[in-house]
Amino acid sequence: MRVLSALLRKELRLELRTLESVPGMALFSVTTFVVFHFGLAQAQVEGDLAAGILVVTLLFAGMLGLNRLYVADEEQGGFDGFLLAPVDRTWLFIAKALALFTYLVVLEIVMVPAFVLLLLGPTLSLGELGPLVGILALADAGFAIIAALIGAIAVRTRARDLIGPLIALPLLVPVVIATARGLEPLLSEGAHGGVPGKWLAILALYDLVFGLLAVAVFDPLLED
Amino acid sequence: MTIAIELDGVGRAYGDRAALTGVSLTVEAGQTLVVFGPNGAGKSTLLRVLATLLRPTTGTANVFGCEIPREAWKVRGRIGLLGHEPLLYRELSARQNLRYHARLHQVPGARVEELLDAVGLARRADDPVSTYSRGMVQRAALARAVLHEPELLLLDEPRANLDPAAAEALEPLLANRTRVITSHDPTGGLAEADVALGLRDGRAALLAPASEVTLAQIGELYR
Amino acid sequence: MYGKGLRGLSVATIVAVVGAFALVAFYAPMDADQGFRQKIFYLHVPMAIVALLGFIFGGLLAIQHLRTRDPKWDLRSYVAIHISLILAVGVLITGAIWAKTSWGVWWVWDEATLVSFLIVFLLYATYTPMRFAIEDRERQARYASVFAITAGAFVPICFGAVRAQQTPIHPHTFGSGDLPGPMWLTFLVSLGAMALLYYTLYRFEIATKLARGRLSSLRRQLLDDDAPVLRRSAAPTL
Repeated sequence: MRVLSALLRKELRLELRTLESVPGMALFSVTTFVVFHFGLAQAQVEGDLAAGILVVTLLFAGMLGLNRLYVADEEQGGFDGFLLAPVDRTWLFIAKALALFTYLVVLEIVMVPAFVLLLLGPTLSLGELGPLVGILALADAGFAIIAALIGAIAVRTRARDLIGPLIALPLLVPVVIATARGLEPLLSEGAHGGVPGKWLAILALYDLVFGLLAVAVFDPLLED
Repeated sequence: MTIAIELDGVGRAYGDRAALTGVSLTVEAGQTLVVFGPNGAGKSTLLRVLATLLRPTTGTANVFGCEIPREAWKVRGRIGLLGHEPLLYRELSARQNLRYHARLHQVPGARVEELLDAVGLARRADDPVSTYSRGMVQRAALARAVLHEPELLLLDEPRANLDPAAAEALEPLLANRTRVITSHDPTGGLAEADVALGLRDGRAALLAPASEVTLAQIGELYR
Repeated sequence: MYGKGLRGLSVATIVAVVGAFALVAFYAPMDADQGFRQKIFYLHVPMAIVALLGFIFGGLLAIQHLRTRDPKWDLRSYVAIHISLILAVGVLITGAIWAKTSWGVWWVWDEATLVSFLIVFLLYATYTPMRFAIEDRERQARYASVFAITAGAFVPICFGAVRAQQTPIHPHTFGSGDLPGPMWLTFLVSLGAMALLYYTLYRFEIATKLARGRLSSLRRQLLDDDAPVLRRSAAPTL
């Protein structure tokens, strides 16, 4: 745990100092909403269209985060510095996943209000905020796990900015499906029965399976 | 007489290119092994293998009796590496970098302050490493390497970027442990060595106690 | 030395494939609803099943590679995935043909298997470019194994998720529910033939790669450094 806290502090401190990821992701997401408005010629969206736009934008902003996640370590010898320490290497994966999760949450604090303001037709009631946060949290966990795993693969590969998203996007399709379908009733006009449990279950299962899998296969990625 | 390092036919290849071939040697605890050789001879590769960062593709390597990298986790905390890269995050300060490494190695915070003083960076400790001169970066990297009081120090040209006065002032930090040092300075290198290793194209062209090695032999390596 | 027993395997495969074709063409009854075009089912579904099993097989081989670090396992994993990928393309093409003949469009989004295959195909299509982009052989093999394991675990989850989002209103499906006896037999024979074909191709490709690797290594030994560097490929060499 001490190791995790040391790693996480370093991550967050670096991000605060360089501001390389989060502001870019936030700006990107707002710009993307504008692009969607013009691309789809819609002043207001609701229901499945709204859910889709929100999820897709989150996904692509997440890809930006994936690309930046390991760059400082790769370029400034951070991998070596960590590998020399007598600690379990899996902590690096957990720290990176937690860091990206944090960035996504901060991103959503900007992104969701922007979305509501710019594109969302129906008003979002306070009661719906809870389930919304819940689904997004599970989705963020899924993004973070995949990004922390694939980012480590991509960063030491040529054309790393391309290969990362190329591998991660298909892997994240189940997350997109479950998040979009889950958000749909929340973003629709009028009363609804709440989020169908099956989407939460799929997200939770996905997070669990890939979380465990990533922890199991992460080690070999760090050797040289 | 404890053996600190034992290499037997160690080789490391990258695809078809062999960076190291058939290197065998023994270093006793407390001894200093100085490695000579032209650029590309495999000195840095050898250091990285000893640091457990690289897996040998052939042969066996033992550090403090543990086979690496299989049992590397047992000895990692006893090894310190000062390589070409300082292994410091440029946007963080020396103090933040050292504190981070201290936490990873379970070293108390007081040691960080002690080292910052010892390497003469106390005044600039809170400035980002990106603002440091090359000499300052080297000193910070050195502090990082010895932070956890390693029994084995692996130093890749430790005095690079340091003026003679600074280099001398830092000697005590590097002393009194088993050391493997790469050097381009035949006279200075031989003076501090117990054993001399000369690498050429990844092979050990020269391996002998320092007292038996002549400057001419070192010169031959560079021909 | 390489390819032991391949001749026998090849003969068996040819017999099985010809036999399957014969059964499909002459023995299997015509489907009441769809007519002759339903017979592509005997090609499409076995291909899909074998491809999926092949991907998971590739993941299992990759686990072995990470455990033993023996490059032979990496070669096996690469070949398994490689051939499954080719079969996956076949699945998409036969699926498109079936969709066109059944519903007049080349693609449908509510056929869960077809859509899942598209996603799985898009994922595994990155396998070779990823390998190609890593120069160091040992690291390439390690990373490829991590990919293969992750992707192998992903396959069932993908199918589950796609199926879960299917709307229950009139989905297009290729699947035939209960198959009468003769259809079952034909299907099983087709499945067996496809599996045999996969295995034979797998063994063939491994034998070829091993032989080629041996050849390169001999050339290098004979010619020393004068051996010309053969075209770089993503495939593992031993």
